[in-house]
Amino acid sequence: MHSSLLALSFSDKKLFMNFSGELNLYTVNTLKRQIDTLSITILDEVDINLTAVTSMDTAAAIYINNIYRMFEKKNIRINTISDSQDIDDTLQLIRSQSLQSDPLIQPSKDTFLQSLGKSVYNNYLGLLSFLNFLGHLFATKLYYLKSFKNIRFKEIAYEINDSGVRALGIISITSFLIGLVVAYQSAFQLKIYGANIFLVDMLGISILRELAPLITAIVIAGRSGSAFTAQIGAMKITEELDAMRTMGFDPYIFLVMPRIIALMIVLPLLIFVADIMGILGGMLVANVDLQITPSLFLDRFVEVVAVKHFFIGMIKGPFFAFLIASIGIYRGLMVKNDTQSIGFNTTKSVVEAIFAVIVCDALFSIVLTNLGI
Amino acid sequence: MSIIEVKNVQTIFDNRIIHDGLNLHINQGEIYGLLGPSGCGKTTLLREMVMLQKMHSGSINILEHDIANISHQNAQLLRREWGVLFQAGALFSSLTIAENIALPLIEYSDLSPEMIDEIVRFKINLVGLKSADASLYPSQISGGMKKKSALARALAMDPKLLFLDEPTSGLDPISARDFDALILKLRDLLGLTIVMVSHDLQSIYDTLDRVAIIDNKKIAFEGTLDEVTSVKSEFIQTFFGEKRVV
Repeated sequence: MHSSLLALSFSDKKLFMNFSGELNLYTVNTLKRQIDTLSITILDEVDINLTAVTSMDTAAAIYINNIYRMFEKKNIRINTISDSQDIDDTLQLIRSQSLQSDPLIQPSKDTFLQSLGKSVYNNYLGLLSFLNFLGHLFATKLYYLKSFKNIRFKEIAYEINDSGVRALGIISITSFLIGLVVAYQSAFQLKIYGANIFLVDMLGISILRELAPLITAIVIAGRSGSAFTAQIGAMKITEELDAMRTMGFDPYIFLVMPRIIALMIVLPLLIFVADIMGILGGMLVANVDLQITPSLFLDRFVEVVAVKHFFIGMIKGPFFAFLIASIGIYRGLMVKNDTQSIGFNTTKSVVEAIFAVIVCDALFSIVLTNLGI
Repeated sequence: MSIIEVKNVQTIFDNRIIHDGLNLHINQGEIYGLLGPSGCGKTTLLREMVMLQKMHSGSINILEHDIANISHQNAQLLRREWGVLFQAGALFSSLTIAENIALPLIEYSDLSPEMIDEIVRFKINLVGLKSADASLYPSQISGGMKKKSALARALAMDPKLLFLDEPTSGLDPISARDFDALILKLRDLLGLTIVMVSHDLQSIYDTLDRVAIIDNKKIAFEGTLDEVTSVKSEFIQTFFGEKRVV
């Protein structure tokens, strides 16, 4: 059936093309294969007969138009024979469009060096925009300090509840389990040397100083950091941030500062809870596994664990909180006007916040150890 | 007296020139339209006027403030003089309709809660919403109601100037005509000056006093609608040419 779409015949230097049947985007490729085999260099005239064509869609018309141009380029005279107004109109439409339209511009692919350069430059811009964010934050902080009235207590209280009080359960359980696991693993080793009682020293220092702050910060980064990004990102997409700005409500005062302040207040408190729960977990293992009674555990605890370890753990809280909140909010503000970028920025915010917390913890470790604390 | 004056505004995104020297002025009490083909930068110009976006060069004067060199304090004062209606409403999703409208009043005035309630109720009725809708959240109401609520919020502070970004887009024809009538009514009632971006021909013919048509990075035409068809521009000819009165 397809073979009957086009009948070709020659007479001297003239070609007769008799199209017939339905020309559409399913049959046009068959035509093309047949025509590609033609050698047209010797021709000087061609008859295109469309009278037997029953229907023609735009894809076929575009192809027919290409055939016209192929012949025109070789200076071959074309005679069209057609008796259908519809087909003429379709061809006319294609011809007039193809004269106007510019070829589509394909974006050129980057070489390795180009894409490397672009990504370095984009990272540099990202750094600048984060510094810009920090600068804006600092300026807003000054405005905050100017008058007591500027502080948005209601929003701060709301955030304390949302990212602090509601996180108590998960923080308690994780730190309890961490205390339990650490104690359980070390109890096995300590028993070999009969050094059971040193479990208290080990647990006290490691949990108060390192584990509780770090675990709390990581859980909060996953919980609140991502929430900040998604909330603010969604507000950006729905133009709520723009609406606030046009009404003269600075988003930094209404959204950014309350979240940062709330988290800086609440994270040390959460660390305190994590301290208690972690030690409780350790105490349980000590009692069951090493026969250290809770009262013996606590006596030893007071004796060997200096209070400075507790304060070092607590002082890390506000620093971690600032990192988590500012990265989460900054990522939220970076959301572009498409839904994909919410997911992208939320992922980035959690990863970057956890990374920043760990780097900050390492800095604390180095500085405090060198200071002999 | 002109309330807004735009002089030689140039806007450049990355390497693309959006506006290349725009000049226009908007008079007191007018309903002024920014028209043009899509992508010509109508909304961008609107955003520049309300200080959401910075222009590359040129100046915009609004209510005798040069917004390129405005102090923070004056900018805050100026923002209370206008209301902005965004395309999708941009209501605060965590607040009810009534709370959305009340927010600027709570923040900027020391009115009593009862007084604020009364103002909110008045604005809700003014834009044609029912009092029962006031306690709904933006996610619970239709597109047309969102636009009306957003308009009520924009009017909360009794602004002198109202910016509307495609106020009738996404509305059914009946709601759209209602919205046009509402805008005309508000202008007469409150003496507003209204600047809007629109694509809706019927709304353009019904409401606008003067228009500026942005085409090819420049102002192709500024003036009343009666004069518009005399201008030779491809966009104007296709848009207004055949006098497509619906």
